[in-house]
Amino acid sequence: MSSSDVLAPAFVAPTRYRGAFGRLYRSEVRLILGRRRNVAMLVVLSIVPLLIGIAVKVSTPRGGDGPQFLGQITGNGLFLVFTALTVGMPLFLPLVVGVVAGDSVAGEAGLGTLRYLLTVPVTRSRVLIVKTLGVLTFTATAVLVVGLMGILAGGILFGLHDVTLLSGDTVSLGNGLLRTLGVIAYVIVALFGLAAGGLFVSTLTENAIAAMATTVGIAVLSLLLDAVPQLSGLHPYLLTHNWLGFGELLRGQVDTGALLSWSGLHLAYAAVFLSLAWARLSTKDVTG
Amino acid sequence: MTATETSAAVRQGDAPPVPALRTHGLTRRFGHHLAVDDVSLLVPRGAVYGFLGPNGSGKTTTIRMLLGLLSADDGEVELLGQPMPRALARVLPRVGALIEGPAFHPYLTGAANLRRLDASDATADPATSSARIADALARVGLTAARGKKFRHYSLGMKQRLGLAAALLQPRDLLVLDEPTNGLDPQGTREVRNLIRELASDGTTVLVSSHLLAEIEQVATHVGIMSAGKLLRQGTLAEVLSDGAAVVRIATPDVEKTAALLQQLGLQGVQPDPARQELRARLGDAAPEEVARAVVTAGLRLRGLAVERPDLEDLFVALTGEGFDVLQ
Ligand SMILES: Nc1ncnc2c1ncn2[C@@H]1O[C@H](COP(=O)(O)OP(=O)(O)OP(=O)(O)O)[C@@H](O)[C@H]1O
Ligand SMILES: [Mg+2]
Repeated sequence: MSSSDVLAPAFVAPTRYRGAFGRLYRSEVRLILGRRRNVAMLVVLSIVPLLIGIAVKVSTPRGGDGPQFLGQITGNGLFLVFTALTVGMPLFLPLVVGVVAGDSVAGEAGLGTLRYLLTVPVTRSRVLIVKTLGVLTFTATAVLVVGLMGILAGGILFGLHDVTLLSGDTVSLGNGLLRTLGVIAYVIVALFGLAAGGLFVSTLTENAIAAMATTVGIAVLSLLLDAVPQLSGLHPYLLTHNWLGFGELLRGQVDTGALLSWSGLHLAYAAVFLSLAWARLSTKDVTG
Repeated sequence: MTATETSAAVRQGDAPPVPALRTHGLTRRFGHHLAVDDVSLLVPRGAVYGFLGPNGSGKTTTIRMLLGLLSADDGEVELLGQPMPRALARVLPRVGALIEGPAFHPYLTGAANLRRLDASDATADPATSSARIADALARVGLTAARGKKFRHYSLGMKQRLGLAAALLQPRDLLVLDEPTNGLDPQGTREVRNLIRELASDGTTVLVSSHLLAEIEQVATHVGIMSAGKLLRQGTLAEVLSDGAAVVRIATPDVEKTAALLQQLGLQGVQPDPARQELRARLGDAAPEEVARAVVTAGLRLRGLAVERPDLEDLFVALTGEGFDVLQ
């Protein structure tokens, strides 16, 4: 018997049910994926590979520029996935991730539902964890939608064949699909840094739109800085610098060291942003 | 259990019961503005505590601190005998709250919003979730509107859904910040009955409201805030008895009666010859003694009444007539 029991004999703390966190997580995912705006964004994302595929199909092949991997699509539909991710990475995906991450805490604070969540109670640490997992789940879903639609549309429009890698070697389709999975995983990890940034921004305000815009702004700023040659010393450390590093997975000799160090940078960004988010949320006055 | 622990457990039987809510010197500033100033609330178990005060007097700010939403600059909070916000995760499942109006996801239905809250509650049994949600909706008369999007709810329906959320689980303490805001007369009556029903089941209720007549009907205790300070607190009877009772005497002999009352030591005698009556503060005097003195003195007594101020009179007397919010 502890001293607090003696002071308060009538109080019996209610027991927690097993799997309670899983229940909260599923509710969070349902909240995100049940929202029409978010579904609409996923639909738009799924159209990207389709549009690229159709454009490539109907246009006469011509060399020159265009996104990475564009030339290879006609030879192998699998390359549609990589093209779509290359197109999506600087624009659509950060936008979609920025909207959901920026909305995560600020949206609830703005509606006032945050105060009711906290008095249920969901402790502040659990709020942050479940919001992070929710945003991560949505990010993964968004990347998977692009990947799967890419494989589907690429397969239908151009067929899936053994893969000729950037290094010139040819590997089996199975190996190619495995590498595609690796690419998708890398993109999810890369976007996690931005998602965590969005979560942090989202703890700073009750204005969800402002949080969304700021999050997307972080990605845009990083892309801009990356385009300024005078700042080349800074470039390797920028949030977006290695976003397209998944091309590494399409070489015969994959430089795992480089992939790991880039992923490490993304995870470091995520860790810093999440710590800031925690510092903010754990002390935040909830007056909305 | 050791011997000393046993004796501690026995001794606690004689100790006064732990109040449902107690604060000590609770203080909160916004910039230079003292929104809550040294507030020490005491809400006994089983009480219906009317938490009153003009707009901006610090009621909602206090409630936010009670529930761990806002940090206090100074002072302590004990909910159900447990220190807040340290014991927040253990205590709040036993506390239902409505804080400054309801807030829900607009694009979810009423029932889906309650499902979301119930899913967030680690102490809620998932097996009984649907039944409890249906029950809570029925208690606030929202069964027919359960499938409507919250966005399409009327003001009163929103308020009712907020109450339903507070009733999803059995509670030891309910904190209701203006629960009748926007409710129709039936809704207001229902809330009054609901509070009575909950209180008779042993739930302690802290209810803030501007409807003083409502509070006077349900409250056992009241606390009155003004400009961040708790001016007065106690049982409803105690607080009402502060308001000085006034004796009103109808008589044609106004002047002589006035002199007599002054002799009897009554304060604030106000003769009103035009209406042939006079008023005076009763103080410690018994009204029957006053009546006898008037009659014994050979004065003509037409009527004698003792008037006690109601909660609204007292509220205005304590917090001032002024309409402007105080800073
Ligand atoms: N987040 C905040 N920042 C600055 N001032 C605040 C904040 N929240 C409340 N206040 C101020 O604190 C004071 C008390 O506000 P509070 O909401 O507690 O009043 P109240 O008693 O609930 O009033 P009402 O009856 O209108 O609901 C007000 O002067 C208000 O302006
Ligand atoms: Mg208020």
